[in-house]
Amino acid sequence: MKSFSEIETTVKRATKASGYSWGVAEETAKCVRLLESFGLPGIKHINNYFSERKENSFQNLNLISERNPPSAKPYCPIILGVSFLDQSNSLELLKKIELNNVAYPSIFLAFLSRTSEIIGKKIQINLDKKEIILNFNLNIYSNIANNDFPSIANHLEINFLKNIDSFSEEEWKNLYKLSEDTFVEESDSLKQGGAGAGLTDND
Amino acid sequence: MLVELRDPNTIMKLSRLGSFHQSKLSFLRSFLNEFKDWEYKQDLFNLDENGYGEAVYSFKKDKRVYSLVCFANHIKDEERSDRVIATKWDAAFTLHDGVPSKKDIERLKNEVPRQEVGRLSYKELTLSRANKSVRLFNHVTDNLSKGLQPDLNLLSKVGYLYRTTAVYGSGKFGLADRFRIKNREEINGPFRLEMMLVYLVRQFTFDQVNHVAYHKNPKKAVKLDEQISKNLGIGNSTGLGMAPFIVNHPTLLNNWILSREIALKKIREIKDVKKNDSALFVDCVKKSLTNITSWNTDSEYQKNKINNLLKDIQKFLKFIENEFDFTTEYSFNGIYEWLEQETCEECIEYVVSIMMEPYSEITEPLVKEMSSDEEKYFNIPAHRTVEDLRNIIEKKYPNILEINFEKKENNQNFWFISKNKEEPRLADRFEEHGSELEQPLAIARDIKKLYEILMVSKNSQTVSDFLIKNSELRHVVRRVFVVEKFPYSEIQDNTIGKNIMPIDMLRLKLSFFGALKFDPRSDKWLRICMFQGAPLPHELKNYDEQWVYKSNI
Repeated sequence: MKSFSEIETTVKRATKASGYSWGVAEETAKCVRLLESFGLPGIKHINNYFSERKENSFQNLNLISERNPPSAKPYCPIILGVSFLDQSNSLELLKKIELNNVAYPSIFLAFLSRTSEIIGKKIQINLDKKEIILNFNLNIYSNIANNDFPSIANHLEINFLKNIDSFSEEEWKNLYKLSEDTFVEESDSLKQGGAGAGLTDND
Repeated sequence: MLVELRDPNTIMKLSRLGSFHQSKLSFLRSFLNEFKDWEYKQDLFNLDENGYGEAVYSFKKDKRVYSLVCFANHIKDEERSDRVIATKWDAAFTLHDGVPSKKDIERLKNEVPRQEVGRLSYKELTLSRANKSVRLFNHVTDNLSKGLQPDLNLLSKVGYLYRTTAVYGSGKFGLADRFRIKNREEINGPFRLEMMLVYLVRQFTFDQVNHVAYHKNPKKAVKLDEQISKNLGIGNSTGLGMAPFIVNHPTLLNNWILSREIALKKIREIKDVKKNDSALFVDCVKKSLTNITSWNTDSEYQKNKINNLLKDIQKFLKFIENEFDFTTEYSFNGIYEWLEQETCEECIEYVVSIMMEPYSEITEPLVKEMSSDEEKYFNIPAHRTVEDLRNIIEKKYPNILEINFEKKENNQNFWFISKNKEEPRLADRFEEHGSELEQPLAIARDIKKLYEILMVSKNSQTVSDFLIKNSELRHVVRRVFVVEKFPYSEIQDNTIGKNIMPIDMLRLKLSFFGALKFDPRSDKWLRICMFQGAPLPHELKNYDEQWVYKSNI
């Protein structure tokens, strides 16, 4: 089994050798390591992408907006990912971001996962009718089986989720009430002595 | 009195970093301190009469066990090389997490002696190999087999029976990644498992030499005297592989240096130095003279440094004994200021290390701060502005901005990774091919380049926008934001200039390991000695903390 350290070092070098700058290579290496640690096909997809780059050209999208023009050539997931990461502060203000024709979206996802941690919001993605949730870079939840991660995303929709509870107030109250069963009802003497301070602070 | 931390623009110069010495903060000393109450055991010793075979040593506490698995093999003299190009070694080692099963040992037997071309598993933590100092090993076995102890003069010229030529950890060649073990309290200190491996290897070398001597002449052979064993360490040959590590782990480097600087600051701030503490300090300085006079090297560069050090230490001792009064307030601050005025960098840093000896209460909490999670500081705050970036550079890299990289001598060398051994190398960019594949280790040059572009960029532009057009500088933009928070994270010097001494970078790291007797074999590799004078495993429960200054050979 390859260690994550080996994966990161090799991906960094391979990315640089594929024509990216060292700084971008460092970012890509972190992302592929992340995918592998989540059990997603990072090495497989970056390998395929670099192989395809030798034959085909890809489009760089440096400035991301709400609706991005469809490109005849697929978007490079690395440049797209780095741009997304760098622009995350302004992008999170947008309600929804739409992209078409993105090569190896799994690679792009890793950048979005890191973005989720940086901005402190979950990110929900619709990828050609499949759903993916990025949870603060702690995990990636999706209903896509690993081997089915596509090499092209025809349509990608990115939503920043509000920091709201995923449960009802009623469910919370029920649970809280149960937790109260670990508390002790205070008698007068406990009120006096239990906290070590007086009942008034008018000094 | 408040003492300022020393200026990174002085301390982080290569000549200063290359003058660092071991101290109480060094990893091999903090390793001994942490593992002193662990149970040590030799679990297996299956060597033939020539000393070839397997051995296992362990440290155990509660349910945690670390086992060193050793493989000693016969190699021909012409196959023995300390260089990374070697493919065979006298012995190879791995530190296994837990108790290795027979199956594990069989697996490791096929992989560990092959080193870089073997594959380890997540159950192994570190990997190493070592070669005999043949001259010394043979002398010791011959003498012991005749019932005699070895010649101490000869021992003092070398200082060890074996020297390691690499110690690998953190995921190399399939070894366990750091994340698997990072929450273990006993290894909350850098390179602790590497130190454990080297320490146990040292014991293996004593056991092996006794074993071979016995089988040579069972009737007459004696064991190597314990006091002599104690004064032998384990050697190490180190090349350029260590240099990029320092550049590539900026927050870790910061935490090492910052701990040292905080220790010095706190010691200088002690108003009344206790008599016992000043006595211990002076005693260590005096006893350490043996370490200087027994420091052998053929390197003119190092000989010169040693001579200056010896001269300055003698001058310092004279000063302490005749002119200095430890009852004056803030006496260590007075000593430090005198050193800065009167002695060379090598001497300043030597005495700074010894100043820590009486103060475990200062150093021990700092040891726990010497690791780092680089990941936490990896992301670039791209919402910040060009003005921010420029201000940080002006504040943090003032000397680097003065270097003129248009001059050939300031841009003479380049760092690259050798295709043959995947190891870092340094070469002249105007004489050799390959500079187009330069590694991103010319930080000073790239910072200067970044600064020049920032000077013609709009102040209000965000870093995010700036990076769209300047992607090739992304690696140094990241570093600028790191150095903003971590003042000692950057070498404040040119790592590609004509006059660079790469061994300064190696020595910096090795001093934190706790190495002694730096012996440069060229400007690019050196030999050192570790654990010389250290307690033997069975003495760990009660040992003299200042052992490092009490070596007799």
